[in-house]
Amino acid sequence: MKSLAELQKIKARMQDRVVLREGSGDIRVVVGMATCGIAAGARPVLNEFVKDVSEEGLSDKVTVSQTGCIGICQYEPVVEIFQADKEKVTYVKMTAEKAKEVVEQHLKGGKVVEQYTIGAYQS
Amino acid sequence: MVRSQVLICGGTGCTSSGSPKIRAEFETQIKNFDLENEVKLVQTGCFGLCSLGPVVIVYPDGTFYSRVTEADVPEIVEEHLLKGRPVERLVYNDTDKKEEDDTHLDTALSETRFYKAQKRVALRNCGVIDPENIEEYIAMDGYAALGKALTEMTPEEVIQCVTDSGLRGRGGGGFPTGRKWALCAPNKAPQKYVVCNADEGDPGAFMDRSVLEGDPHAIIEAMAIAGYAIGATKGYVYVRAEYPIAVKRLSIAIAQAREYGLLGKDIFGSGFDFDLQIRLGAGAFVCGEETALMTSIEGNRGEPRPRPPYPAVRGLYNSPTVENNVETFANIPQIILNGADWFASMGTEKSKGTKVFALGGKINNTGLVEIPMGTTLREIIEDIGGGIPNGKKFKAAQTGGPSGGCIPESLIDTPVDYDNLTAIGCMMGSGGLIIMDEDSCMVDMAKFFLQFTVDESCGKCTPCRVGMKRLMEMLEKITSGKGTLEDLDRIEELCHYIKENSLCGLGQTAPNPVLATLKFFRDEYVAHVVEKRCPAGVCKDLLSYTIDKDKCIGCGLCAKNCPVNTITRTDYVAPGHKLGSFEIHQDKCIKCGACMANCKFKAISKK
Ligand SMILES: Cc1cc2nc3c(=O)[nH]c(=O)nc-3n(C[C@H](O)[C@H](O)[C@H](O)COP(=O)(O)O)c2cc1C
Ligand code: SF4
Repeated sequence: MKSLAELQKIKARMQDRVVLREGSGDIRVVVGMATCGIAAGARPVLNEFVKDVSEEGLSDKVTVSQTGCIGICQYEPVVEIFQADKEKVTYVKMTAEKAKEVVEQHLKGGKVVEQYTIGAYQS
Repeated sequence: MVRSQVLICGGTGCTSSGSPKIRAEFETQIKNFDLENEVKLVQTGCFGLCSLGPVVIVYPDGTFYSRVTEADVPEIVEEHLLKGRPVERLVYNDTDKKEEDDTHLDTALSETRFYKAQKRVALRNCGVIDPENIEEYIAMDGYAALGKALTEMTPEEVIQCVTDSGLRGRGGGGFPTGRKWALCAPNKAPQKYVVCNADEGDPGAFMDRSVLEGDPHAIIEAMAIAGYAIGATKGYVYVRAEYPIAVKRLSIAIAQAREYGLLGKDIFGSGFDFDLQIRLGAGAFVCGEETALMTSIEGNRGEPRPRPPYPAVRGLYNSPTVENNVETFANIPQIILNGADWFASMGTEKSKGTKVFALGGKINNTGLVEIPMGTTLREIIEDIGGGIPNGKKFKAAQTGGPSGGCIPESLIDTPVDYDNLTAIGCMMGSGGLIIMDEDSCMVDMAKFFLQFTVDESCGKCTPCRVGMKRLMEMLEKITSGKGTLEDLDRIEELCHYIKENSLCGLGQTAPNPVLATLKFFRDEYVAHVVEKRCPAGVCKDLLSYTIDKDKCIGCGLCAKNCPVNTITRTDYVAPGHKLGSFEIHQDKCIKCGACMANCKFKAISKK
């Protein structure tokens, strides 16, 4: 190790791996992964979130985790996004492509993708 | 892309309760469910809740599973890792919250009462990172403190920072670490040394082992910082050979640090060189004493020598040496990174920071806890420790192992720090904390620790070698019911004599458990002497087992189980029963208790 910059490089490369254990992200993306969710294709959605969050360098802000049945099976795959002081946003009938958009617009840009939310489907 | 990580404790406790098998089963099941690319298994050091092992934590949610068996693994993988539903029956929960209170039970370890009152500095990475992977340590800011010290600070500034933090030695003495370094730094010599004391001989203590097992790089980093501060280029870690996992992880860590150029020549391009070696100890208690330890590293019989000269002037190979305890070192990188003020903001006026305790004895959560200095004993026992099992009453806490004393119930609200414990005639010691309930005999406890020091005395000086043997004999006289009140005074006198005249810390502190119990529990000693009775029912010579002839139905189970055949049938038949009752002949009774354990009718009592 010849310089602090080298150490920083390793740290940056490893960040994702340990950040998961701190769970410090102020935004939580929760993917419903019960049997119904998995059957409807929740796994590719979950994996897309994990991949994009890491690639976009959002790992220290966003935690991606999974949960059981959210209770609205007909809308699976369901993704909920929690953020302190904000109302919960529920995205439904998700796909990997939609997940990509949500990362881009919502997580990065702070703009809810209205057309994928449960509100858009119910009205 | 990894979305979830499964941390499995690979500390000594969980390893012996079966964590390697669980790890293997996780590997198999993760393959089975085709999750290899999504879930990562990580073996970590100790999480602290050893009594609940084997312990498994699943991230990102932090769900804490305790007492996991191989058979539970498929369920955890399918339910939790695949479907995202924690297996609630295995989740550790010590809060009063019930499942019904909430749709989601708090499954995270950080929400438990055991963890909430803790503050993790020395143990911050234990149970969080894979100790065999240097890059995980680096990701947690590892080696950043060394980098900062070498590139931004002068040695004097490093020492000043440690001094200002108020850090005191965690090996037992509580000597200010910054001052120790400052005493060594100006001494000129061709070669100076940094030594880490990982002998940990105190029975019941295992915090140093856990740090080495769970976060070995922290020690390497801290020793290099100490080397820079005092101008030493070589270090030794003295570990007892009974700690094979610690030795293995530390060896791996040293090799990795060399490979990454964090040990060796010209670290961080600063021109500073430092390298480390491990020395194995054979496990003698006295080898934890600093002068004996250095003598042992040199390859000689581990006997203490008089001080001064102190190691800072003449230590290892007669060269200026800084010797610190494992936990002391574990705090150093954090202090350098976060600053002296950050560290000094925790704890009490003269005891800064946190202290790790190995909690054991009659307590629900045995394991490792790290608390801010000044936490009261009551909080440790009731909140973190989860109270005393079986609804028994707290009697005393023993601190400092064979060099320490005890804290009785009347002082349970004492804030635990160096000075408060010293003030009540106790001592912090290295962090063993043994809880005793009403079934513990304090005279017996003193005898236990004294027996330990009698065995471990190196024999170099007479007060310790002979004095303690005599002290032991007097205690035995008391527990066998042959003591007199004058003996109590003579015991006290001999204790003081041994303390004042012994050469090293072993003899100087060995009478402490006797003195402390005499101070707080004199009435128990008196009961043994005057009434020939052991109030807690522990000292065998003062006990007798008797059968209540009216409760005895004459089944004969007691007689069948008596190993010395000293129970026989009498002619007396209790009203309502058909067979003659039994009686114990005291002359041959060895007081093993087998009769009482086997009587289904509670007819036998112990007095
Ligand atoms: C009999 C005896 C045993 C000791 N055992 C240990 C030990 O196992 N570990 C330890 O760190 N210090 C032990 N010490 C204290 C050391 O002599 C020394 O004070 C300490 O390691 C200094 O490090 P510190 O200032 O970081 O606490 C022992 C002292 C005595 C007298
Ligand atoms: S006090 Fe005991 S252990 Fe220490 S030098 Fe004397 S005999 Fe040895």
